[in-house]
Formats: sequence, C-alpha cells, structure tokens
Amino acid sequence: MSREQNISKAIENIDTKSVILEIKDLRKSFGSNHVLNGFNLKLYEGENLVIMGKSGSGKSVMIKCLVGLLQADSGSIKIMGQEINTINQKDLNILRTEIGFLFQGSALYDSMTVRENLEFPLRRHKTRFKDATNMDELVTEALESVGLLHAIDLMPAELSGGMKRRIALARTLILKPKIILYDEPTSGLDPITSKEIIELMRSIQKKYKTSSLIITHDVDCARVVSERIILLVDGINYVEGTYSELSTSTDAQVKAFFK
Amino acid sequence: MSGSNGFKSFFIEIGELTLFAKRFFKELFSRPFEGKELLRQCYNIGNRSILLVAVTGFIIGLVITLQTRPTLEGFGAESWMPSMVSLSIIREIGPVIIALTFAGRIASGIGAELGSMRVTEQIDAMEVSGTNPFKFLVVTRIVAATLMLPLLVLLGDAIALSGSYLIENVKGEVSFVLYFNKVFKVLEFSDLIPATIKTFFFGFAIALVGCFKGYHCEKGTVGVGAAANSAVVFSSMLLFVIDFVAVFVTDIFFEL
Ligand SMILES: Nc1ncnc2c1ncn2[C@@H]1O[C@H](COP(=O)(O)OP(=O)(O)O)[C@@H](O)[C@H]1O
Ligand SMILES: [Mg+2]
Repeated sequence: MSREQNISKAIENIDTKSVILEIKDLRKSFGSNHVLNGFNLKLYEGENLVIMGKSGSGKSVMIKCLVGLLQADSGSIKIMGQEINTINQKDLNILRTEIGFLFQGSALYDSMTVRENLEFPLRRHKTRFKDATNMDELVTEALESVGLLHAIDLMPAELSGGMKRRIALARTLILKPKIILYDEPTSGLDPITSKEIIELMRSIQKKYKTSSLIITHDVDCARVVSERIILLVDGINYVEGTYSELSTSTDAQVKAFFK
Repeated sequence: MSGSNGFKSFFIEIGELTLFAKRFFKELFSRPFEGKELLRQCYNIGNRSILLVAVTGFIIGLVITLQTRPTLEGFGAESWMPSMVSLSIIREIGPVIIALTFAGRIASGIGAELGSMRVTEQIDAMEVSGTNPFKFLVVTRIVAATLMLPLLVLLGDAIALSGSYLIENVKGEVSFVLYFNKVFKVLEFSDLIPATIKTFFFGFAIALVGCFKGYHCEKGTVGVGAAANSAVVFSSMLLFVIDFVAVFVTDIFFEL
C-alpha cells in the first residue's frame, strides 16, 4: 500500500474530532507482572498529550506497543486508521515512517557518526527516500532545526547528554513524521538543558505540525507542553484533564504527582 | 544458586541457544542480505584479532619447539622435529589455542557491544527505523566470524611454524628449505582439511554465543558485563565440546 493510500485511508477513518491514534483496552503482562490492565487513550491531530506515571508503571511498555516493539496481549491500537496488532511487517514498516520515536536514553548508534546516525533511517526506509542527493539536504535541515549542524562529523561519545538528546530528536524528525512519541525527553538532563529540550519540542511542534504523545514525570515539562494530561496508575488511565485541572485536584493519587 | 538449579539453567540455556541458532539459519537465507555490513564486520573482526593471533601463533611455535627438542634429542631424533611439531600445531594446538584467544577477544567484544546496544535501546531504534536488527547485527557477525576464524588460524599456523623454524635454525642449524621440506613431506590434506573444517565451527560457535548473550542482555550496566563475561566462558566450553566431536569424527573418517 502506498503512503498516499495510507493517508487517504486515514482520512476516511477520521471521526469528527480527527483522532490520529487510538488505544482501546490495552493489556500487557510479563508472566505474573500485569503491567497494563485495560489502558485507553485518544490522540487528536495536532495535539500535545502528556502521559504521567510513576517509574515502572508501564509507560515505556505502552508506547513500545504502539510501534510494534512489544506485542500487546489484547486490546486495539489504531494509528492513522491501521490496526497495529494485526498489521503485516511490510505495512508496519511503512507506518513507522509516519511515527517518530524519541528513546529515553537517546539511543544514538555508538559506532556511527552523527551524520550516519541521521542517514540510517533514510537509507533503511528505502521506499520513500531513494534519492541520495536529497539525503544531504534532509540531514542538514534536521540538524539545523535542533541547532547542531556543527556536530555533524562527531561521534556520539563526543557529545554531552543534552546534545545527544537533540541529535536523537533530529534523527526522529528526519522522516518528517506525523506523530512523535517522546519517552521521557528530559530524563537524565539538568534543569537548564531540560528547558532547552522543552523549547525545542514546542518549536518543532509549530514547524512540523506534528501530534505528540509525551511521556514524562517532569512536572515542568508537563506544564509547558501539555494540552491534556493522562495519569497512568495501576495499568489504567486513572484520570485525565488539563494541567490546571489536575494540579488543583484533591485526589491523593493525583496530588502526589504535582507536589 | 544451588547445584541442581545451576544444572537446570544450563540446559535451559542450551535450549535457548539452539533456538537462537535456528533463527540464525532462517534469517540467513531471507532477503535483504546486509552485504555491506557483512564486509564491515569481516574487517572489524579481522582487524581486532590479527595481532593477537600473530603473537599467539609465534609463541606457540617457540614454546612447543623449545619443549619438545630435549626429549627428541635424548633419542637422537632431532631430525624428526619439523614433522612432529608441524603435525601437532596444524592438527590441534594451532586451531584450539588460536580459537581460544579469538573467543576471549571476539565473543566478549560482541557480547558487550550488542549488550550495550540492547540496554540503551539502540536495537529498538534500529527496528523502528525499518531494519531487522537480527539480520543487521547478529547474522552479519556470525557469518563474518565463521569466515574469518579459519583464515586467522591458517595465518597463526604459518607464523607458529616460522617461530618453530627460528628455534631449529638457532639450535640445530637447520636451513629454511630443509625445515619446510620436512614439514610439507609429512603434512597431508588429511591433516589440514579436518583441522580447517573444525575452525569454521569454532568461529560460528564463538560468534553465536557472543551474539546470543548480547542480544538477550539484561537491563543495566551490570548486565552488559555479565553478557561479555559469560559469552567467553560459554563459548570456550563449547569449543572443547566441538573439538572433541571433531577429533572423534576425524578418527572415524580418516582412520588415523
Ligand atoms: N521486556 C520486558 N520483559 C519483562 N518485563 C518488562 C519488560 N519491559 C518492561 N518490563 C516490566 O514492565 C514494567 C513497566 O516498565 P516500563 O514500562 O519500562 O516502566 P516506565 O513506566 O518507568 O517506563 C516494569 O515492572 C518492568 O520490569
Ligand atoms: Mg520508561
């Protein structure tokens, strides 16, 4: 199926509020460890949705199910009209070009330079990005949008934590995804660098018009970027609301997050 | 861990390793072939171990010759030196010792490399980028090691024989031509072929175990160290098992 067909199919499936990603009753266990017990969410087009939850509550497991890195036990995941749990490998790889994934620890390839890191997804998703002359332009553009063009020939080991995160963001952007999944984008960074990353996320949002699912337990990050917040507690979507609604909640579980 | 538990987990591990090998053969023959990455891995593996192999080979040659000489001299049989030493090097000592050093270098290297890629989610990132990480990382490394170890052993054998010649030349004043004439007179294909065939299996086993340990590495930096360490232990053990089987089979086929 071509990309155009995918998109047109997605458009057909959009309901009135244009949902781009929908999770219904997602369940996932590892042996006797029941991590997700019926999780639901809807991500609307152009929206910034923040998921908060304690460490080990299954946030990473949830977004890994979204891109097929983990297989859910049951439930449905629809992204741009396609069901992830039953999709074949080829269509999944096509769909993956529409989804950017920023990993928790940046996950840059140690053995490759910054340039090779950025070229990797371009070379690999050959169907869409055959043109090699175009590749340099795309790499340059992605690096410019994170302000690190001068680091193009460095190895990941030569970069600071904040630079790594920005390069990882550039690698995520290079395929011009419709949806970006951020797994704790500010974890392990100092407060100032965190602010820079948050600003960067906002400017990318404006420039590329993406829909974002942001996992974090950084309250500042949630306050600045979120339009809506969902709390993940005990494997379900415990409560949902805007930052001001949740931060003034009287529920003990909710309060614990906003101290 | 109690004794019986360790025993049980050992057999579970063997089972998992077998499944891993099965997956390797399944993905080996499926498209796309990662040719460029394979060449890069061949170069990497060769480059990382060639000096070690050369030094090990040279020392094997020196030591065996120095230690065998007095015994043969006692019988007045120094003229047998070249044939005896070359047979033991080519048939057994060369392949096994060089494979062991290779295991120390390559199995631990692969275990640590893939382990840290697993822990830092680089393997997940590859998969999201439309790449089958098993083909890209595992298949290429196993094929590269399987092809490179036999070459390295042949090189190591040659260097070991040169080392042995050096001692013979100093102690027994044997000329280069005479020494290698004697070596090639006694060496037959029935010595070289089985010895070379088994090094393919050695290379395969070493990279298989390294990849297996790294690819299924546990979270945390402790996991990476453990993966590298157990890759060396496990693959060295496997080497001796393969060697035993190889000697056994050779014995049947060539009736030594
Ligand atoms: N591949 C896996 N195998 C077994 N258990 C896992 C795996 N991945 C995650 N888990 C378990 O799932 C739970 C949630 O993990 P995770 O989603 O990483 O938490 P977080 O919300 O901090 O991102 C943890 O208890 C973790 O041990
Ligand atoms: Mg996590």
